[in-house]
Amino acid sequence: MAYELSHLRTLESEAIHIFREVAAELERPVLLFSGGKDSIVLLRLAEKAFWPARFPFPVMHVDTGHNFPEVIEFRDRRVEELGARLVVASVQESIDSGRVREETGPRASRNRLQTTTLLDAIAEHGFDACFGGARRDEERARAKERIFSFRDDFGQWDPKAQRPELWNLYNGRVRKGEHVRVFPLSNWTELDVWQYIAEEGLAIPPIYFAHEREVFARDGMLYATSDFVELLPEEEPFAASVRYRTVGDMSCTGAVRSDAATLEDVVAEIAATRITERGETRADDRVTEAAMEDRKREGYF
Amino acid sequence: MAPPGAAGNGLLTSERQTEMLRFATAGSVDDGKSTLIGRLLYDTKELFEDQLEAVERTSAQRGDSYVDLALLTDGLRAEREQGITIDVAYRYFATPRRKFVIADTPGHIQYTRNMVTGASTADLSIVLIDARKGVVEQSRRHAFLSSLLRIPHLVVAVNKMDLVDYDEAVYERIAEDFSSWASKLEATDITFTPISALHGDNLVERSANMPWYQGPSLLYHLEHVHIASDRNLIDNRFPRAVGGAPDGRRAPRLPRLRGPGRERGVQAGGRGGRAAVGEGDAGQAHRHLRRPGRGGLLPAVGDHAARGRCRHLARRLHLPPSQPAGEAREFEAMVCWMTDHPLREGARYAIKHTSRTARAVVDEVRYRLDVNTLHRDEEAGGLDLNEIGRLRLRTSAPLHLDEYRRNRATGGFILIDEGTNDTVGAGMVLGTEG
Ligand SMILES: Nc1nc2c(ncn2[C@@H]2O[C@H](COP(=O)(O)OP(=O)(O)O)[C@@H](O)[C@H]2O)c(=O)[nH]1
Ligand SMILES: [Mg+2]
Repeated sequence: MAYELSHLRTLESEAIHIFREVAAELERPVLLFSGGKDSIVLLRLAEKAFWPARFPFPVMHVDTGHNFPEVIEFRDRRVEELGARLVVASVQESIDSGRVREETGPRASRNRLQTTTLLDAIAEHGFDACFGGARRDEERARAKERIFSFRDDFGQWDPKAQRPELWNLYNGRVRKGEHVRVFPLSNWTELDVWQYIAEEGLAIPPIYFAHEREVFARDGMLYATSDFVELLPEEEPFAASVRYRTVGDMSCTGAVRSDAATLEDVVAEIAATRITERGETRADDRVTEAAMEDRKREGYF
Repeated sequence: MAPPGAAGNGLLTSERQTEMLRFATAGSVDDGKSTLIGRLLYDTKELFEDQLEAVERTSAQRGDSYVDLALLTDGLRAEREQGITIDVAYRYFATPRRKFVIADTPGHIQYTRNMVTGASTADLSIVLIDARKGVVEQSRRHAFLSSLLRIPHLVVAVNKMDLVDYDEAVYERIAEDFSSWASKLEATDITFTPISALHGDNLVERSANMPWYQGPSLLYHLEHVHIASDRNLIDNRFPRAVGGAPDGRRAPRLPRLRGPGRERGVQAGGRGGRAAVGEGDAGQAHRHLRRPGRGGLLPAVGDHAARGRCRHLARRLHLPPSQPAGEAREFEAMVCWMTDHPLREGARYAIKHTSRTARAVVDEVRYRLDVNTLHRDEEAGGLDLNEIGRLRLRTSAPLHLDEYRRNRATGGFILIDEGTNDTVGAGMVLGTEG
């Protein structure tokens, strides 16, 4: 008799266990849902962990106001299907109320501002656990992070003082004002995520498939033209067949040239790629060697 | 709404039934752990171009004469500045045979708790030894911890063979030295391999520089080592996870597979006043649970008393009856201490075991173990940071325990300091009394 699980089922089981642990041990969890592929998988796992009941927590989107409209549409549809409660934490509101200052210029991005909006929302709602879709294969600071990642009352991550985490025994204890970030997809790779989406037949926003779009080239990447970016004088928009590998702000998420029109094509493309998803599509990590670590210390996702 | 788990398009299910193997690298500082991982990723073409470029850039900036592949896993600023590994890093790669999860663990003694974190879920551990230095205290310590954690397979990789002219005699001496010491450990499957992590000898292919070595390459071993029978699939264990509240907001429901625990069967555990949900694992139960349209979950059977529920669930899953777990408030365990604040007799902690949390008091420190000599100091009376000892514990509520050697999932526990909320101890149940 064969008792082995395929690697995807092993990963799924691990994630479901994590969801249940949080539901049992923490008072006010929330699931961070961006409408991107990782959080789509996260949502499916949450569904499975508690099915046939509804998962016992709301979902939250940190809305920068610079999102792809297709993704926001998808977000709203999915949340409605699930009958979940959606909390929208708005970066625009943080700007309007003076909590953060908008960056200016052609390379302005709201990426970093999200941290304040996120931490304010966590405090406002009293969330003590936030599920995130981050994966350790994304970036080398993430590769260091625990599945239950403790945040102090300033939302900070201290990479040099992480709690030991043995077997599947997670310590989610927090005092008032502190919280844990919980990453059920820690051990998933980008390819695992795509295979799971394909295997489960999950719906995803259309921008993950090849489509015709007006783009411009900057720093070796292709960006969509939109109201959220100023073009530099030498930048000429043109049309190209592209798709997105990650979903972030329109202002700092690069597109990749692609003809992948189906999930099968996408999986094949990802299996063959020689560049990481962040390397290919994210401007926010190019600032310094430790850009991600620094943002994470401040309380970023 | 379609229930979760409704059939997808089945894409890749047939070709992608790959097994997952988790392994940890261990050994003293600078013995080559991070280099080994970098090289394995590089040689299996699992290193992405931009990752390699970033590492090349940093190496060049520092004026290194070679590309330091250790930079791939030393992901924290402090690690790169100090040139050491502080915390475990996880890396992933796959070959057509298996998907691998690697835990690159730190070698310094003060970061032992991070090594233990990375090793606790491993199926296999690779202890590296610098061929020039031979077996040192940290090699023994990590090999001992691997055996204590019951990692079923141990590979002793004698590294930097290039620096000893690929000399068979050096390798043989180290292997013998290690073996004679390891005979005192409880048996695990031990394999020896001479390698050069820097140059790739015996990593993916057998090396022409060491024709005297007849064994498989390291990767071949990782791909083929038999892990399916390492788990205890005899005893039915399903620790309860989350329950439904009586108001029906969360309906109670049945077990589902879990990864790291991976033991099937049903057993109690529980959270006051909530109904039952179990967890479990294993292929047959898994297939049974994953009937089309059910998303891997069966409807609930409600809340049952511990053993009654165990039997009931086992029947539902068509599992043969098995020995139930012991139920005890007093037991002995080996404990690895992981905080600066020493453990003393009489101290109280929160104990987390499967899905149950209780309080535990340290009734007695039976002995402290010298990891080098395996000598037992019965006068110890306490444990300092990174020390390991045998304790007698008493808990505020009965726990459903197995000996750790029989079952990693129901024999392991953690101790939490209720003042700081830190995880301070990792325990492995030896036996129960009373
Ligand atoms: N000559 C030689 N040097 C090696 C070998 N493996 C590692 N090194 C070097 O040993 C040093 C420490 O390696 P590192 O991987 O950081 O060790 P760790 O502390 O165990 O992770 C680095 O300078 C490596 O380049 C080897 O097989 N041969
Ligand atoms: Mg290292």
